[in-house]
Amino acid sequence: MVFLFYMLSAIMIISALLIVFNRNPINNVIFLIVCFIAMAGHYILLNAQFLAVVHIIVYTGAIMVLFLFVIMLLNLNKAIIPHKSRATRILAVITGGIFFLVLIAATRQTIEIHPRYPFTSDIGLVKEVGRTLFHEFLLPFEMSSALFIAAMVGAIMFGKKDV
Amino acid sequence: MVEQVPYINFAWLVPALPLLGFLITGLAYKRLKHNQAGIIASTMVVLSFLVSAALYFVLQSAGKDSATVTLFNWIAIGNMNIPFALLVDHLSLTMMLIITGVGALIHIYSIGYMHGDDRVNSFFAQMNLFTFSMLLLVMGANYLVLFIGWEGVGLCSYLLIGFWFKNPAFNYAARKAFVMNRIGDLGFILGIILLFFTFKSVTFSEVFSQAATLQPGAPMITLITLFLLIGAVGKSAQIPLFTWLPDAMAGPTPVSALIHAATMVTAGIYMIARSSILYNLAPITLNVIIIIGLATALLAAIIGLKQNDIKKVLAYSTVSQLGYMFIALGLGAYSTAVFHVTTHAFFKALLFLGAGSVIHAMGGEQDIRKMGGLRKKMPLTYFTFLAATLAISGIPPFSGFFSKDLILSKAFEQNMIVYILALGGALITCYYMFRLLYLVFFGEQRLAGAHPHESPRVMTVPLVILSVLSVFGGFLNIPSLFGGDSKFSAFMQSAVFSKVSEEMTLSTEIGLILIPLILLSLVIWFAYKTFVKKAMLPAGDEKQMSYFGQLVYNKFYIDEIYIALFEKPFGFLSDFFFHKVENTILDPVVDEIGAATSRFGTMVRRLQPGNMSFYLFAMVAGILLFIVFILII
Amino acid sequence: MKEVSSAIQLIPLDNYIMLSVALFSIGLMGVLFRRNIIVVLMCLELMFNSVNLLITAFSAYHSDPAGQVFVFFIMIVAAAEVAVGLSIVVMMKRNVESVDINLLNRLRW
Repeated sequence: MVFLFYMLSAIMIISALLIVFNRNPINNVIFLIVCFIAMAGHYILLNAQFLAVVHIIVYTGAIMVLFLFVIMLLNLNKAIIPHKSRATRILAVITGGIFFLVLIAATRQTIEIHPRYPFTSDIGLVKEVGRTLFHEFLLPFEMSSALFIAAMVGAIMFGKKDV
Repeated sequence: MVEQVPYINFAWLVPALPLLGFLITGLAYKRLKHNQAGIIASTMVVLSFLVSAALYFVLQSAGKDSATVTLFNWIAIGNMNIPFALLVDHLSLTMMLIITGVGALIHIYSIGYMHGDDRVNSFFAQMNLFTFSMLLLVMGANYLVLFIGWEGVGLCSYLLIGFWFKNPAFNYAARKAFVMNRIGDLGFILGIILLFFTFKSVTFSEVFSQAATLQPGAPMITLITLFLLIGAVGKSAQIPLFTWLPDAMAGPTPVSALIHAATMVTAGIYMIARSSILYNLAPITLNVIIIIGLATALLAAIIGLKQNDIKKVLAYSTVSQLGYMFIALGLGAYSTAVFHVTTHAFFKALLFLGAGSVIHAMGGEQDIRKMGGLRKKMPLTYFTFLAATLAISGIPPFSGFFSKDLILSKAFEQNMIVYILALGGALITCYYMFRLLYLVFFGEQRLAGAHPHESPRVMTVPLVILSVLSVFGGFLNIPSLFGGDSKFSAFMQSAVFSKVSEEMTLSTEIGLILIPLILLSLVIWFAYKTFVKKAMLPAGDEKQMSYFGQLVYNKFYIDEIYIALFEKPFGFLSDFFFHKVENTILDPVVDEIGAATSRFGTMVRRLQPGNMSFYLFAMVAGILLFIVFILII
Repeated sequence: MKEVSSAIQLIPLDNYIMLSVALFSIGLMGVLFRRNIIVVLMCLELMFNSVNLLITAFSAYHSDPAGQVFVFFIMIVAAAEVAVGLSIVVMMKRNVESVDINLLNRLRW
């Protein structure tokens, strides 16, 4: 199990790094998809079954496909994209590194939190997630439909040629 | 003071009516046509006069001597409580009646005099504003309300002197009047402050009741009275602040009549008479007043001997007569001074209005050397002018005789030198007034091509009314010698507290009347001989005069001395400050502050270049710093 | 499944934290690094996902189902946001003829 964890982590991190440093946008999409699949693996490790499935369907299946469509629509697979100056790139990497270090340092100062509920590994099951969703979080769930309407209207508005 | 006097609360109408006239004519000045402004303004003043007369009867029938009408609570800070109150007592009633009465006549006269001027509506607005301020001055129940009126009349004097502002010389004269008034006002303000400091109040009743407990000659009282005197000197044109009055003749003649003869210049005398209790306690100040008054009376009279402009002669005679009033005040005979104010208002206004009539008839000519022979062409003006000249010279039974004689007799009782000098001044007055009369009205007409005619009715009726008052006004105060009972003085006694008795003994009186009478008659005959029989004209050219004559003609060069002493240094100082301080130091500093801010802004603007990556960077850097900050602290 | 679920107790929580932080900073680096808007949006998605992972880990360790429901909502929001974001990209391409983020500097004065 521990070995599984480390392997999935390695895949994730390597593909993430490759997203950042590769020039071709289609390649970036492919690497992101790999990253997401690894993440679904992590979810299954944590016994969050519902989330894993939703993750694959929504993220990998819908969002990444959308990205791909847009890239193809904009004809971006040519290497016409300009790049930043070297100094900026180095600075960006350094900033990312510093950020990583700072956050790790922050976690060093945390205190131990003990879990509230007795340990059960059943919470990731669809039944449990569904119960919690429709009992405690019913209103946000309904509100999200309004959110989707807004997003749809916005997307269509932006896509028109003449407003 | 509890008002048990019925109808006394209408006292606020008296100043309010001219104020209303000012607002109407001032706000609608573009739309009033023809004589409308003049009629409105005059009506307001006439109504004010009627209300004042009614107040007199109201006060009389209630049997009281004075009443205070508090309009509203004005200043109430800590211990300082100054209500906006009007005081109606015998002294203020007298002044009110003079101001509104003579003022009404002058307003009516101006309807004719200022007819056709393109700013006539503003003229009447300013005249009404002046009347309002003057009424506030005399009706105030405390020194601060008096001071409001004091400043108001100073302002209106400036406005009205410089009425024809297109001429820069007139503007200079108006500025001069205002600045000299302000110098006096500084002393006045200091006096009020000291007054408040000493008595913790500025209301007349409270100050005077407290002052009664003080020792005469106390240094604080002397200081207060001296400062108040400085204010009076500025306002009433005494030495050394008198040079503005002759220059103020640049204004229209009704202005000279109202402001510089009848009312504003008497404000100083009113104020001192009102503070009679305080002045009784400061004998040093009283002596100073006598000296100033005597010097002014003589100096102005001498200068008036050689002036050739009809209005300037009258101006110097005003200064001289004011000197006489000051002499009376200094002698402690306050009600005499107020009586002289009353009669002076009558005949001096008449003189000025008559002069205006003459100027109007001669088409604007003011030099008496060019006039002459108007006696037959303008008989009404001539007779009224003659009545006024007799009054000012002190010939019985005209009004001036009663008042001037009273002053002379008071001087005789106290100080022989003052009496002789004052008598000399009276003789000089008589001489130059008759010189004026003879040169203007007698002889041959010297101005070619002029067609002098009598003035229209609206101008001559006030002249007639004033002449009646000049002739018979003296009967208000007939001394017991002639069987009267000095009604005026008795009237005043409730308000003004004279140090000396206002009566005269029999023997001295007869002597005092006969001697001046003989001397005056001599002077009149001498003037007649000089100017009518021998038809001697004043020198047309300066160089023909003797050395002393030149000195007098140039007003003893006092104006030039003042310019050299005060104006030039101030001008130099002002230039210095403008060029060296303002242009070199202050302006660039302020500009630099603006420029520096602008440059700083340009620097800061580079923080927002517009490209996204910079913004993202800045955001991340900010979050980083924030987290580090939280971690460290 | 039992084996999988017991794995949670073997792996300390710190590992998940470190993994999530690493992913987050890599995504951050990508946002600062790339000049193509679409790739920037993709790195943004990466950051979202790192957070999702962390919350899920915490909810599994504390047996609190609310965490997973929250992740669900985050996914909803991310989906909507990507839709709108990409339509903006299309509009931008139409206006500026490029997807370089430095070309939209109309924000300047």
